[in-house]
Amino acid sequence: MERIPVLRMGSLLLITIQVDMHDKLAMQLQDDVTQRISDWGSTGVLIDISSLEIVDSFIGRMLANIAGMSRVLGAETVVVGMQPAVAITLVELGMSLPGVRTALSVEAGMELLYGAGAGFKTGRDDDPAEA
Amino acid sequence: MSDLSEIISRNEDAIRAEWIRDMSMSVQRTDLISKTELDEQCRALLTAIVAGAKSSEVADVSSAAWKVAREILQEISASRARQGFSPREVATFVLSLKQPLFTAIRKDLAKSQEKVFEAVWSATELLESLALFTTEVYTVTREELISRQQQELLELSTPVVKLWDGILALPIIGTLDSARTQVVMENLLQTVVATNSKYAIIDITGVPTVDTLVAQHLLKTITAARLMGAECIISGVRPQIAQTIVHLGINLEDVITKAKLSDAFALALDKSGRMVTRKSGAAGAATNAMLPGPINKREG
Repeated sequence: MERIPVLRMGSLLLITIQVDMHDKLAMQLQDDVTQRISDWGSTGVLIDISSLEIVDSFIGRMLANIAGMSRVLGAETVVVGMQPAVAITLVELGMSLPGVRTALSVEAGMELLYGAGAGFKTGRDDDPAEA
Repeated sequence: MSDLSEIISRNEDAIRAEWIRDMSMSVQRTDLISKTELDEQCRALLTAIVAGAKSSEVADVSSAAWKVAREILQEISASRARQGFSPREVATFVLSLKQPLFTAIRKDLAKSQEKVFEAVWSATELLESLALFTTEVYTVTREELISRQQQELLELSTPVVKLWDGILALPIIGTLDSARTQVVMENLLQTVVATNSKYAIIDITGVPTVDTLVAQHLLKTITAARLMGAECIISGVRPQIAQTIVHLGINLEDVITKAKLSDAFALALDKSGRMVTRKSGAAGAATNAMLPGPINKREG
């Protein structure tokens, strides 16, 4: 069965949506994310939608739902890489995703999550500020 | 009905001479078009009319026989629309052909009253449809011109400038309506992606009034930017506008607003973890006073 992979990266979950979303896939993703968070004790969820070009109210609600569920389970959600057209469509649909944090790129999203939850920072190993 | 075409081709030179004379009496635009050019256009059109009138469908200018005449008229009309002729002058170009044509008909068919009437009628019908066609082309060209200018105006008035690495500014000049908001929003979001900017300053110093609609458009833009992961700061709020916003009950609570672009820029620099310092030893209190607010200054 088609499935959106949920990757584990330290204390984070990494999800990249690259296919058209439909009901079943979305439900499956919600199941997977919540299960993984409780299994692995993840503190952050990063959803990359940079290759998503078409969006509707259903996907908008799904993103908000995942963010809500993760928050209940104690993990912060960041949506990254939204395309301009997608952002405009969501605003026109009246979905401003109030509970979801956003970032421009995966890198920026990671920084946001690491800064917020995990208590350590990204950076070079030899960064003197880190020691 | 080939009478008409015969009459025209027989008297072509006389008709053209009278036509140009008539035209220059009613409308004289030597500033826009030269005499030889006008002569050339008249000659081409008259030849095309003769060719068209030879066909069976004299009055039907949309038929295939009139293709050449239509093309010539289209070209003339479009070029005149661009040159700035008035609609009256463009229509007169065709309609002033009437009198010379009637004169020729009367001269040629003097024997039969019946035939004169018939020829005049078909000539009238023909010239009127040609004139209508010309006016139509003129209007279409003008409309194209207007919409293109509108588009250019839209693009001109909404530049997105990069102030610093990761900080954009969008100075808005003029009233924000739906169409403009769309352009502004798209411009801003595209640039946010292209330059990977986390902060965008929307400067509304040039917006004359802010009503609920303009505020709604602004909020939409800010929300869209937020969805993409960029933060917006509104700057250039004039005292009167601040009063209007509060009186209208517009909720800008979730948006950071600043009075001046420099304040907003200082905040954006601060948020992105930068600070402006004065070079040690450099003279000039002006640079020191340039960025007020949260920027820490190191005295040199």
